[in-house]
Amino acid sequence: MEINIQKRVLEANETEADKSRMFFKEQNVFVLNMMSSPGSGKTEILCKTLAKLMPGVRVGVIVGDICTTNDADRLDVTGAKVTQINTDQFGGDCHLAAHLIIASARQLGCEDLDLLIVENIGNLVCPAEFDIGEDARAVVLSVTEGEDKPLKYPLMFRVADVAILNKIDLLPYLDFDAGLVKDNMKQVHPHLPIFEISAKTEEGFEPWLEWLKIKVFEKTGRGL
Amino acid sequence: MHEMGIAQQLVQIAIDSIPEDIENPKVEKLNLRIGKLASVVEHSLTFCFEIITKDTPLENAKLDIDFIAVMVHCKSCDNEWEVTGPVFKCPFCEDGDVEMLTGREIEITSLELTD
Repeated sequence: MEINIQKRVLEANETEADKSRMFFKEQNVFVLNMMSSPGSGKTEILCKTLAKLMPGVRVGVIVGDICTTNDADRLDVTGAKVTQINTDQFGGDCHLAAHLIIASARQLGCEDLDLLIVENIGNLVCPAEFDIGEDARAVVLSVTEGEDKPLKYPLMFRVADVAILNKIDLLPYLDFDAGLVKDNMKQVHPHLPIFEISAKTEEGFEPWLEWLKIKVFEKTGRGL
Repeated sequence: MHEMGIAQQLVQIAIDSIPEDIENPKVEKLNLRIGKLASVVEHSLTFCFEIITKDTPLENAKLDIDFIAVMVHCKSCDNEWEVTGPVFKCPFCEDGDVEMLTGREIEITSLELTD
């Protein structure tokens, strides 16, 4: 006997993501999901981004890692509201799921925020698959990772709304072809905005901050 | 890497779909649709599914997966085509705004019970 089902397997996550989206709309906060492989420099980018945006833009951060509060500790000194999710309590999950985000966002409190940034777990595969109710997705790639990463992980670059190429201060010392990696990103996602920055030297930050502030303003009417 | 979670969801959906009035149900096959761009590795999913279905109505059930092609549409020139590699650039107008039509599905379509 065949029983017809027709259900999306990730429907439970999608339902939670829709609830998160409603909650973020009510709170009038713009939510950015930031993803990358481990070690691309997400936390350092955020430290510098927060320092430049605040207090004009009020920012909160949810940090996801399997273990440790190291990243949250680093971000805490910026003065932003920060909360950490450790997924080792949930079986060491390789991504942040929507139900964790809404619980953390409620705990953090979004009523006094313009921008909530979710620093996802370092992984170019799984986080791309899980909607967390965000308004935009950013993918970070550093110049030490290889130009073919966009072609190897196409879903991540396909679902991203913006890409950041980090650690460009290292370019003189590497055989890395920045033109090629940008071409590869455009092959996967032709109109993807790409910002080349160095979180260490702060080179290239202005266009990235401008993009982010405009996105926040478009949703919340604040932050510019 | 998240195949265990997907396998757990599959089992939950399948068990919830079996009518309560069937005594000692035994699932023979689960029919799935998985997009070629979905982050699911077939071997990992099958492995996880086998582990978590022991001593359940789904023990020894087969996963029959229909892999769905990645189809895209160019909003600029209105062409549609199948993407077989990681390149999503429009081959017709080369500068189009491309949207995905299919290829990200992770769906359970039906289950088959042993008579």
